[in-house]
Amino acid sequence: MSEAEKQDGTAIEPPLVETQLVCWYFYAALAFMTIAMLAGLLMALQLVRWNPLNGMELLSPGRWRMLHTNAIAYGFLANAFLGALHWSVPRLTLKPVQSRWLSYTIFAAWQAVVLATAVGILIGQAQGLEWGETPVWIDPVAQFGLLLVAINFMTPIFQVKGPMYVTLWYFLAAFVWTFMTYAMGNFIPQYFVAGTSAGAVGGLFIHDLVGLFVTPLGWGLMYYFVPILLQKPIWSHGLSLVGFWGLAFFYPLNGIHHFLYTPIPMFLQYGAIMSTVAVELVVTTVVINFFGTLKGAGRQIVTNLPIRYFYTGMVFYFLTCLQCAMQTTLTFQQVIHFTDWVVGHAHLVMFGVFSLWLFGIMTYLFPRLLGVDWYSRTLCEWHYWLSAVGVLVMVGDLTLAGLFQGYFWASLQPWDASVDASIPFWILRVFAGLVMFAGQLVFLYNLRKTVQLAKTQPA
Amino acid sequence: MFESKSGILLIGGLFFFGIAFVSNAVVPVLMYQEQPTPVDGLINGNLRYQFEDLAARYPEAFQAAYGDPPTDIAEQDAWLNEKCAEALLLGRKIYVGEGCWHCHSQFIRPVSNEEARWGPVSKQEEYQNELQMPVMFGTRRVGPDLSREGGRRSNDWHAVHFFRPPDLSPGSPMPDYAWFFDGSPDRPNQRGLAIITYVQWLGSWLESYPMYEQYEPPPEIKEAEEDE
Repeated sequence: MSEAEKQDGTAIEPPLVETQLVCWYFYAALAFMTIAMLAGLLMALQLVRWNPLNGMELLSPGRWRMLHTNAIAYGFLANAFLGALHWSVPRLTLKPVQSRWLSYTIFAAWQAVVLATAVGILIGQAQGLEWGETPVWIDPVAQFGLLLVAINFMTPIFQVKGPMYVTLWYFLAAFVWTFMTYAMGNFIPQYFVAGTSAGAVGGLFIHDLVGLFVTPLGWGLMYYFVPILLQKPIWSHGLSLVGFWGLAFFYPLNGIHHFLYTPIPMFLQYGAIMSTVAVELVVTTVVINFFGTLKGAGRQIVTNLPIRYFYTGMVFYFLTCLQCAMQTTLTFQQVIHFTDWVVGHAHLVMFGVFSLWLFGIMTYLFPRLLGVDWYSRTLCEWHYWLSAVGVLVMVGDLTLAGLFQGYFWASLQPWDASVDASIPFWILRVFAGLVMFAGQLVFLYNLRKTVQLAKTQPA
Repeated sequence: MFESKSGILLIGGLFFFGIAFVSNAVVPVLMYQEQPTPVDGLINGNLRYQFEDLAARYPEAFQAAYGDPPTDIAEQDAWLNEKCAEALLLGRKIYVGEGCWHCHSQFIRPVSNEEARWGPVSKQEEYQNELQMPVMFGTRRVGPDLSREGGRRSNDWHAVHFFRPPDLSPGSPMPDYAWFFDGSPDRPNQRGLAIITYVQWLGSWLESYPMYEQYEPPPEIKEAEEDE
């Protein structure tokens, strides 16, 4: 009998945080990140015509390009978020999640969903919806999984008495939004509406997936981890309110800005453009709030690696949103739509912001989950620098490439001229990607060594 | 209200999501309510011409994929339409499954001289059909826009190009699609016939079909021609 049982005669409370599950989610996330990076590398090599595997059906770069984006969304981001949620929600609410059994079931089911998605895409069964290429027969299963996730985490959140901390606002809303966004995007344009209106729904889907699934979970985690690591409260509660409600109101209104100059009615396009600019203002308040929090503790950027990850991500986030407010205008759209500028933008937000945040969270949590310090702090530093510099070079390169492509096209030179002009940029992009991939390998090696250390050390 | 569970769930979670859904999705859906055209309604003379050309050019492949046509002329017409619709559907499935739409757009914008390069600006009614569920606008142009591609090039050009793109477009970053063929570009399989049919369909409904880029010879050639 344990101490707890002896003292009050009741059964042992289950542990608040299921640390093993958090670990498993992070391992799964890193595995899918590795696959996603290899997929991206294959496409990048195809563009510069160095693809040694050309002509093999199951290794077709077109299919692996879809695997790349889906493995990031559902394999890396979703798994890493679920791991971080399993750590932060019970600690914030002081209640365990709905059910331990349910948690493990969701873990297994979600890996099955992601693997089935990957297989489905590789055998050529993708759905024609960007970022929702999950084959149609998997959609209902994934939808059900999202419902279970919501139930599992909303149970402890609903037991909180009185006002909730900022993080929980974001999480609570994100569970509802993700569920509805997935349902909207995967079913409406597939079965109910066609053409232009399907485009409008599809645009809203891509946008909401970033804005109402990834963004609120990401910022929610920042509101949780940053004050803990800096050991001080968030600078301004008022600004947190502005940030959350501004996001909730303006972000979903932007959907149509993905398809400007299409036959979607112009007044709707103008509406989407204006609310996109409004989002930038909201984002500024959030970023100010976090830099206000950092005030007086600035040295932590140098000494505290997770904090450096978080704030690098925030600077990138500000840049992304600034870019967004400009590129959404019709003037910018004339040049940059359909070009690599947009690809650069996507990498800046998905890797530069959210992946860096999640790497920061993992860097902070793994020693706590495994009970040993990192095998090598230097390798952690390498992971940071390779990832951050790699993505910065890639984004700068693709942004420039996009401008060149846009002007080549507008000037009516032969199509081939624009492709030839892109080649130097695409070559640099391969190397930037390899740098990011090297960072990932360093992290995996370091993690493996750390796990070995944890096994050899007596508990 | 702004920090309570019910406020966040009802106002943020449901109401704000609802406003956005109504303004960004329901409004265009209500504006464009006409029933999407079913696939068999999309077959036109231009497309039939290309489809029959495929049958004549690759008789063995065509027979293997679709069998023998009925001998009666009237029945033959209906049979060809039916097979053509079948090819269109499979062709679209391949276009989606291979990720063609991630490198080729299907919409011409009214800006950036796109009309001169690609042809008439895309209109809403062009997309109101069952082959645009979900719509294939595309978001990136690594290769050219395809919405007016039909009829610009012959079926055998497409066959060779799908088999090994750089043979016809030197420097093209497009991958090979060898699995659309039984070993050589003159032997397309069912998938090869279907994807070519789909590409030949794009823009086949337009007045401007087949649409060619406006071609201006470079100044030195122009001068040489004038001198002659």
